[in-house]
Amino acid sequence: MSTATLSPTEAVTVARPRRARRAHLPGGKPFAPLRVVAFLILAVLAVGWLLPFLWAVATGFKTETDAASGDPSWIGASGPTLDAFSAILSQGNVYIWAWNSLLTSVAITVITVAISAGAAYAFSRLDFRGRRWLFVTIIASIVVPPQVLIIPLFYEMLAFNMVDTYWGLILPQVVAPAMVFILKKFFDAVPIELEDAARVDGANRFRIFWSIALPLSRPILASVAIFVFIGAWNNFLWPFLVINDTTLMTLPVGLQTVISAYGVQYAQVMAQAVLAALPLIIIFLIFQKQIVKGVATSGFGGQ
Amino acid sequence: MTAIADTHAVVTGRSGGAALRTTGPARHEQLVSWAFLAPFLIAFVLFLVWPIVHGVYLSFTDQSLTGQGGGFVGFANYAEALGDPVMWQSLWNTVWFTVLSTVPLVVLALLMAALVDRGLPGQWLWRLSFFMPYLLASTVISQIWVWIFNPQIGAANSILEAVGLEPIAWLQNPDTNMLSIVIATVWWTVGFNFLLYLAAMQNIPSQQYEAASLDGAGGWRQFWSITLPQLGPATVLILILQILASLKLFDQAYQMLGGVASDTTRSIVQYIYEAGFVSYRFGFSAAISYVFFALIVIVGVAQAVVTRRKKEL
Repeated sequence: MSTATLSPTEAVTVARPRRARRAHLPGGKPFAPLRVVAFLILAVLAVGWLLPFLWAVATGFKTETDAASGDPSWIGASGPTLDAFSAILSQGNVYIWAWNSLLTSVAITVITVAISAGAAYAFSRLDFRGRRWLFVTIIASIVVPPQVLIIPLFYEMLAFNMVDTYWGLILPQVVAPAMVFILKKFFDAVPIELEDAARVDGANRFRIFWSIALPLSRPILASVAIFVFIGAWNNFLWPFLVINDTTLMTLPVGLQTVISAYGVQYAQVMAQAVLAALPLIIIFLIFQKQIVKGVATSGFGGQ
Repeated sequence: MTAIADTHAVVTGRSGGAALRTTGPARHEQLVSWAFLAPFLIAFVLFLVWPIVHGVYLSFTDQSLTGQGGGFVGFANYAEALGDPVMWQSLWNTVWFTVLSTVPLVVLALLMAALVDRGLPGQWLWRLSFFMPYLLASTVISQIWVWIFNPQIGAANSILEAVGLEPIAWLQNPDTNMLSIVIATVWWTVGFNFLLYLAAMQNIPSQQYEAASLDGAGGWRQFWSITLPQLGPATVLILILQILASLKLFDQAYQMLGGVASDTTRSIVQYIYEAGFVSYRFGFSAAISYVFFALIVIVGVAQAVVTRRKKEL
């Protein structure tokens, strides 16, 4: 599939077609009727997609009375207030959950990328017995839905005494066969001459991997890492199952448990939704290019 | 192997040439390979292969969470699952959700990408608008949409009333709760497919458009004759990924209904969860897992057959 088999150079160019594309748009007619229609449809869609979130943000700034009044205006009758946000932030657990989310997501990302890159390099560059069938086995395992494994995995965590631990949260999430596939494709496209030159200079495999293959793959590594991070940050089912200790919960699971406690406190619920979303929105704004690229190269990364 | 032989192997390596290669370098390369592979393979076996195998075993036992039971019961769990109306209902709900969600998730994504690809100004804003919801955790999107679908004070009914329609009890009504979940899901995840389509469109060589526009082909004509035909492989990929993703429905359906089991929204994954972690019947839950896995494999095989037939044509 073309999207999954980009060469390094192609992968780098995917994300910046803007200027090139605009230059060859049919004749410089900026107000062609078609463009106006396209722009209008796009604007309507974009508003439709932004509104639910903006609505949640606006509700977070209302008083509970205004939020529950059913008044559809953007600003409540009592005016905007930070009450809901400060109520959420004065709840100690939110900070613990955010920290747990950050810690475990970073750990999952680092371990996943490290072990996948190692395996991908071996499949791409090294010769060993059983290479073919092993690779086929790993690729075939992409179809296994993680949801199928929750019972035996939970059982395994019980046996390892890892229920209600960070390790129980992290380790089952680091196996990403699709990432091995994507990285292998990428390593395949790195010119072998670069490695041969290093080998003549006396570098061993680990050295070549570390000083040549990895640095050349930085763009794809970044994309893969961002996707693993988003997936880990937002994962609900596994953390929900393996963690019961309130102080070990991640943000999505922790927030879920307090919703019932809030009852009908809509402003607080929305404020908390906004706070939970904020880190990833900031990450998206910073790493937009890599994320777009990441989707393009890692079609397998779907949730 | 001695240290000297090791060094020799490193220096000669593969570039040493076939003539020079003895068993030394080859064996060394084997060792190096397994060193690269080991961390991944250990995790792969521990957290994927072993759970699959152990799950099969569990599905033939009456294992419970508390360690009670565990006796071999043969096909009893599978027989029970296949004769269980709740299992069939959740399987149907899952398939129905997949059907309802896949069409808009592919068509809307194509429309969005086609419009953004036209080189209109403000690319980053369109991308942010469509993709941002994908970044939100299921907890967050569930809360937002529960609020929008609130029958008394939610925005959905405000809109219905504004255009003169009767308000609906969205999530509370068994006729509309699955539809509500589909709407929330489309909003949440369409951005991923949108970016896949956008990337596929931007891979189409620009010379083709230049040639077409020299021949006098307008925007529509270019879209129908150049863009759309070349999106075939991307569409197959997106369709398959979407079907597989939709079949895994759980998070948003479970959370939007506040964790309450509803006959019309209970997905197969939710039933796996309920059987295992609410009723503590690990064996039975594992059996349903494999019924679900079978469904996924069938979809995978169907996809392989369809794509192969396409290639033959």
